[in-house]
Amino acid sequence: MPCSLKPRTISSTRPCGLSRSHRIRLSGLDLIPDLSGAIYVPDFQALLIADMHLEKGSSLARRGIHLPPYDTRETLTQLSSVIADVKPNRLIFLGDSFHDDAARDRIDAADLAALRRISAERDTIWITGNHDASPPQDIGGQIAREVALGPVTLRHEPKSLPQGVFEIAGHLHPAAAVESRGHRIRCRCFIADDRRMVLPAFGSYTGALSVRSDAFDGLFGDYHVWMIGSRAIHRFPAAKVR
Amino acid sequence: MSLPQRFSDWFAARGWSPRAHQLAVLAHAEARESVLLISPTGGGKTLAGFLPSLIEISGQAERTGGIHTLYISPLKALAVDIARNLEAPVAEMALPVAIETRTGDTPHSKRQRQRQKPPDILITTPEQVSLLVSDPHAAFMLKNLRTVILDELHSIVTSKRGVLLSLALARVQALAPQAIRIGLSATVADPDALRAWLVPTGETPAPLVLGQPGARPNIRILSSVERVPWSGHSAMYAIPEIYGEIRKAKMTLVFVNTRSQAEMIFQALWEANDDNLPIALHHGSLDVGQRRKVEAAMGEGKLRAVVCTSTLELGIDWGDVDLVVHVGAPKGSSRLLQRIGRSNHKLDLPSEALLVPSNRFEVLECQAALHAAQENAQDTDYPMVLKLDVLAQHIMCRACAGPFHPDDLYAEVTSAWTYRNLTREDFDKCVDYVSTGGYALRAYERYAKLKQQADGTLRLTHPRLIMTYKLNMGTIIEDEMLKVRLASVRRRLGKRVVMGGRVLGEVEEWFLSQLSVGDTFLFSGEILRFEGLDEFGALATRSKDREPKIPSYQGGKFPLSTYLAKRVREMLADPAAWGGLPAQVKDWLSLQRFRSLVPKASQMLVETFPRADKHYMVCYPFEGRLAHQTLGMLLTRRLERAGLQPMGFVASEYALVIWMVRDISLHIGTGRLSLGRLFDEDMMGDDLDAWLAESALMKRTFRNAAIIAGLIERRQPGKEKTTRQMTVNTDLIYDVLRSHQPDHILLRAAWDDAAEGLIDAHRLGALLKRIHGQIVHVGLDTVSPLAVPVLLDIGRESVYGEGRDAMLAEAANDLIDEAMRLV
Repeated sequence: MPCSLKPRTISSTRPCGLSRSHRIRLSGLDLIPDLSGAIYVPDFQALLIADMHLEKGSSLARRGIHLPPYDTRETLTQLSSVIADVKPNRLIFLGDSFHDDAARDRIDAADLAALRRISAERDTIWITGNHDASPPQDIGGQIAREVALGPVTLRHEPKSLPQGVFEIAGHLHPAAAVESRGHRIRCRCFIADDRRMVLPAFGSYTGALSVRSDAFDGLFGDYHVWMIGSRAIHRFPAAKVR
Repeated sequence: MSLPQRFSDWFAARGWSPRAHQLAVLAHAEARESVLLISPTGGGKTLAGFLPSLIEISGQAERTGGIHTLYISPLKALAVDIARNLEAPVAEMALPVAIETRTGDTPHSKRQRQRQKPPDILITTPEQVSLLVSDPHAAFMLKNLRTVILDELHSIVTSKRGVLLSLALARVQALAPQAIRIGLSATVADPDALRAWLVPTGETPAPLVLGQPGARPNIRILSSVERVPWSGHSAMYAIPEIYGEIRKAKMTLVFVNTRSQAEMIFQALWEANDDNLPIALHHGSLDVGQRRKVEAAMGEGKLRAVVCTSTLELGIDWGDVDLVVHVGAPKGSSRLLQRIGRSNHKLDLPSEALLVPSNRFEVLECQAALHAAQENAQDTDYPMVLKLDVLAQHIMCRACAGPFHPDDLYAEVTSAWTYRNLTREDFDKCVDYVSTGGYALRAYERYAKLKQQADGTLRLTHPRLIMTYKLNMGTIIEDEMLKVRLASVRRRLGKRVVMGGRVLGEVEEWFLSQLSVGDTFLFSGEILRFEGLDEFGALATRSKDREPKIPSYQGGKFPLSTYLAKRVREMLADPAAWGGLPAQVKDWLSLQRFRSLVPKASQMLVETFPRADKHYMVCYPFEGRLAHQTLGMLLTRRLERAGLQPMGFVASEYALVIWMVRDISLHIGTGRLSLGRLFDEDMMGDDLDAWLAESALMKRTFRNAAIIAGLIERRQPGKEKTTRQMTVNTDLIYDVLRSHQPDHILLRAAWDDAAEGLIDAHRLGALLKRIHGQIVHVGLDTVSPLAVPVLLDIGRESVYGEGRDAMLAEAANDLIDEAMRLV
């Protein structure tokens, strides 16, 4: 059940809610995309989240760019909403959870407490990313480079895969555009073929990169994207993606 | 009032005598009074502005040092042109006056020299005045300033540029309290606002001097032998006749409202150009070099016609134009007069102009504009005031010049007429915003840009901020443009390789983003085939297609002015006034009277009728596309709540159509739906707020406010970022800020802009008030003659009222259809 259709009733700007019509199958594993950009894996009762980039706002403030300092709070509110909705037993972050290694020193006390609460209530794993090679030690949970979820490996950056190996990754912040009635609609998306899936970035200040850009070259065969609309997730084959 | 010998001799030698208004301005200047001169083009306005300064400088026993006169023009090209025109009299009278220009193009070395040894007269643009006063050296340069001349004042004051300029002038006034201001303006409907704008808050408005009115323009409306189209904006039907007019005239300017329209008309004229007349194209997206070539050729009299947008509208006198053709309705009487003024710069000869309506409603609009122009009646365009984002930028400007006390700056800012109503609270919020972002969560104290010192003054924390300010200041936020390059296509190892070549010009990013490889479009007078994007922009090759696949018409840039709208309504209501209209248009209106109803000028007609399996409601507010779009958004929400299941709407300049599943005629007939309630003014409250907060328009205005206020830096020292690569997408910032601090100063600034500009909320509010108790409803069996044009726009214009999800679902469903067919 979607936790809310009206973004105004909760304080986060993006709605959440597991898709009722889409399942992404990867090596026999069922993955359910969520409107927030997270993935739920029912077999493991695990919620996967990529690229939160906490404290991205304050990292720019050091250069005199004063973006609203609410991005961490916003991302955590969003995270809490998904957790309340899905009630997972495990929480796995796929890297770049923090925008840089000094983010821990800048995070607001209230946000830090919220983060600790979230990780204390269930098994939490922080996979390291290129932005957070050494995530903070004092926020609960474990730190890992990779995690195996049954037949699938979870890691931050996609790797070239030998035959018969599967992965779920983040890092790329995928977005896709399609055309409808002469309009081009672009949204964040999940992207997957039969061997690999990449999650969109979860953070509230994270931008997105077209799945047609060079960064995606060679990673996917015949893929699909699951585009995140404002109330539903929409699936398209590669041929429809602009 | 008599002139010094040297000057009267100069006039006499040319067989001229000084005009009354030139002497009147001189008298006010000698009495050390600011003054506003309103005069038509060609009335010696520029000379009137400069005369007092030239006389005073040449009468000085010795140079006092510093700038004597600051001349401010909205256009860079105009500044350069004025400097050139001024050099002649100065040389001929051998006046000891140094004149220099300072624009964005002025090299650094020349600016440095101007700092050390300022000229007597500095000719510059509004942005440069801000940059000048941000320099700690400004006090030295301006200490003996006597006069500030503001050219094309009517055009500057209606935009944020004018608001920024008013703040820079307040700073100038603080450095040089003795200086007076001379405002030069074309005819305006409300000179009192300009008179007040010119002087510091609380002073008597500047006295008004009126120039001698020019000869009345000679305006015709094209009465075509062809059928005037029901809708659309291309005016293609009139090409042979426009070409005929060009052949008869010596030099014609063909004005159109948008760049893409310019491209279409230009291409069509070339196809009709059997005599190979030299016809050129001029619009803002063309490469600068190409534009300069066209301007030079015009000046030398080598061209017979130029198809142009507003790029050739202001100021500069390019050659001997003897005919102005206006394609499409002019949208406002002031704009029309300004454009017509481009022909025949001699005051005593009438300008020649031809209006070419591109559809039937535009015939009415052209007729109304013609009457207005003959009466020299102007639209009322009020000066823009009190913009918080602009204030934030100016606070940074002030900080660059050195430490300041907030009390002093508040007094200085409110001395500008535009900020006379600024509260201290809002001012303090702006200062706080500049320092640390102005957030309730005080996260950025240690990264503050301004720090308070022991004496209460605020000081910049890092010199790097000065460079950032200089690179990012200004209020003109243009659509992101991408370069279009002519590409060559080769085959290499069986692969198609596209190589970029020469730059053709620039085109809006949104336009390119809707193209797919292989699509053809019009640019630079040619049909091009889109070949894709590379890191430098778009690549295109020449195409042999005769018709571009992507018609790039974008709805008119300017909405129909309130004044002209009223005249159109009055004309429509009065069958006696239909006499001057072409027969086909008259027949159309007569048929409307017979089949439905022609509303009185005070009324608004609402028609409802079924068609195919849908039900339509068409209303005719005549308030311009923007206000109609907003109305459409709000009405569909209400109809949704009333259970009528609206499916979409389309707004034109004149009318709005909404279609729905349920029978609206029945709902009105049985009293289940009250039109009075539907159009009630209370929709401007919660409904508007709720819609606006979510709308893409709001995000766009927020982006502009964020850039102007310096939240987002477009350029950083050493590298230039495109707006697309900006550190964080402003839509994301908007969402986060709205949910965590909805009263933040930038959100207020954005709301204010949106209400004023993009959604025309003020105008919509006035409309709803006007039609209260004045709605006439006609239930019809089928579409009425008046409704045909807007119904034809369905499918051509973008449809509103359906969300991204509906469109995504539709795209996904197409796919299901395809899949099903294969089975």
